[in-house]
Amino acid sequence: MRIERLLRSSTFRLAVLYMALFGASVAVLLTFIYWSTAGYIALQTDDTIEAEVTGLAERYGISGLDGLIRSIDERLSRKPNGDAVYLLTDDQLTPLIGNLDRWPHVARDGDGWLNFNLEPADDGGEVIHRARARPFTLRGGYRLLVGRDMHALDATRTLIVRAIAWGLAITVMMALAGGIMLSRSTMRRLEAINETSRRIMGGDLSRRIPTRSTDDDFDQLAENLNGMLDTIEQLMEDVRRVTDNVAHDLRTPLTRLRNRLEELKSDAHVDKSVVDAAMADADGLLATFNALLRIASIESGRRRAAFESVSLDDVMRDVVELYEPLVEQKAQSLELSISENVHVRGDRDLLFQAFANLLDNAIKYTPRGGQIRVSLEDGTAGPRIRIIDTGPGIPEQSRSQVFKRFFRLEESRHTPGNGLGLSLVEAVARLHRANIELDGNPGLDVSLDFPKAA
Amino acid sequence: MRILVIEDDKETLDYLAKGLTESGHSVDRAADGKDGLFLALENDYDVLVVDRMLPALGGLSLIQTLRSSGKTTPALILSALGDVDDRVTGLQAGGDDYLVKPFAFSELAARLDALTRRREAGTPETSLKVGDLELDLLSRAVRRAGRMIRLQPREFSLLEYLMRHVDQVVTRTMLLEGVWNYHFDPQTNVIDVHVSRLRSKIDRGFDRPLLHTVRGAGYKLSVEAS
Repeated sequence: MRIERLLRSSTFRLAVLYMALFGASVAVLLTFIYWSTAGYIALQTDDTIEAEVTGLAERYGISGLDGLIRSIDERLSRKPNGDAVYLLTDDQLTPLIGNLDRWPHVARDGDGWLNFNLEPADDGGEVIHRARARPFTLRGGYRLLVGRDMHALDATRTLIVRAIAWGLAITVMMALAGGIMLSRSTMRRLEAINETSRRIMGGDLSRRIPTRSTDDDFDQLAENLNGMLDTIEQLMEDVRRVTDNVAHDLRTPLTRLRNRLEELKSDAHVDKSVVDAAMADADGLLATFNALLRIASIESGRRRAAFESVSLDDVMRDVVELYEPLVEQKAQSLELSISENVHVRGDRDLLFQAFANLLDNAIKYTPRGGQIRVSLEDGTAGPRIRIIDTGPGIPEQSRSQVFKRFFRLEESRHTPGNGLGLSLVEAVARLHRANIELDGNPGLDVSLDFPKAA
Repeated sequence: MRILVIEDDKETLDYLAKGLTESGHSVDRAADGKDGLFLALENDYDVLVVDRMLPALGGLSLIQTLRSSGKTTPALILSALGDVDDRVTGLQAGGDDYLVKPFAFSELAARLDALTRRREAGTPETSLKVGDLELDLLSRAVRRAGRMIRLQPREFSLLEYLMRHVDQVVTRTMLLEGVWNYHFDPQTNVIDVHVSRLRSKIDRGFDRPLLHTVRGAGYKLSVEAS
């Protein structure tokens, strides 16, 4: 998995690209060196042979056939296993002297050279040796062939090719190793940034990206991001404070209003039903403000300090028990599947509130005679709660919206509610680091995944 | 009832004193913790209303000092912003009930009433009786006019709570805390449904209803009509 991530990293891809370019340029350079070296050696050989041919032709001119034969014999006996190839024949191509058995029957190349293979017997080895020779016709029809066994040159060529291959392989390996090292160090620093971002998205806004105080480009990036986070945190804090203050400041006069209405009820001259209706309105407003403040207080995360071990199955059974009469009123069927002894660290009252809101919604939006299924299971990843109903569900495009404060689906505007129920559920889930997911079609399938207890 | 209200916000103090006096109680006032503690130690009140945030001496310290000097006067703590953990620390410090500001006056009155009655109860009872309605705590049997009434466990607890607070207004939040033992905000009339179920079991078929709805406040179990 780590390797996969490494291979996918942009740094590694860049390193591989760089390696390819670098490898290609090294290959071009080495090929050039090969061509010039091999070409130079070949040229040298050709020059030596030409000089020898000229030398032997001069010898023939001075001392005749015998002198030439002696001279060739001398050269052959001086280096019996040398690379030199000589052959002197008469005009019928019958060999007179030399270390070739017969005149090679090959065509001359463009420059007048003969390229042929030596008989293995000549050498005793199994490898076929190439030879390159210059033919020369002397006066009197005698034909002289001077050449070289090319195997030394071939060996040198092979050596160079092998050296080039090794050099290239080592270059590629080193580039690859360098790429991996480079990507890993970059990845580690990027991972620190990613990890911090994830935690911040998880709700811990106070997180900051660690810096190494080396003031390099990564540090500068981290500092800029941290600065941006400070600004965002400040802005969110401001917004929250404004909302809280509005809710808080309006709550007191509203309460006073409600209490005056209560006083008014003892007055014999007023219509009590009007006062009751006004009081119900005031209660509704107060409930909304209280819910807003409650969400704000949950989101501040202060309650985490008071977390204790809570039995999820007990809380869920209590919620179901509380809401059962409502289910019966609507002739709905409630199917329960609750595992025993499922514990999480959390706030009992808030968890109760969250399940109550979810079950309340399920009952409210599922039509008469519909079905609601509630389950709690302790999976390997952690406890999971599901509440599935056969109501109208939530359209896919609205699913991310329903957790926003005051958001209500167009279809549910006529049902009672303030649009804060699911916001509160989400705030509670977030406080408990639980993941909430909406699914289901038709109907609604809400699942809450709690982290595994440490 | 003799009530001491310790509250630094003048408006709230006046409002509480006025309301409680009109309900027929005698009210003493204190504007800070030190005066409040002094008055509470010197006199025998039936109940104390203590604001959590007070100048000179905080509400929680005040109650702790009072308890350590042997005073058991029941105390209701008022707090500005309701946090559940605040509630827990408040009750741990020796407070008997906890109410978050702002609150409806009827809620406060109901809770103060409950606090003082709780104190009168004294020895544990084995049975409760309201009119011709009887509840046996040991056999968990309920009878009205000699007729056996079958109740679910939660209905039994609900009835027990109402009978212990006979002739008092009991709010929906008080029922949630006292019967269900959860502090939360029900979004629907779920408590009303439970109460009406109980009502159908204990009142149906009898001339005189015992369980009354108090509009804008809550419920009351009483022989007399409200």
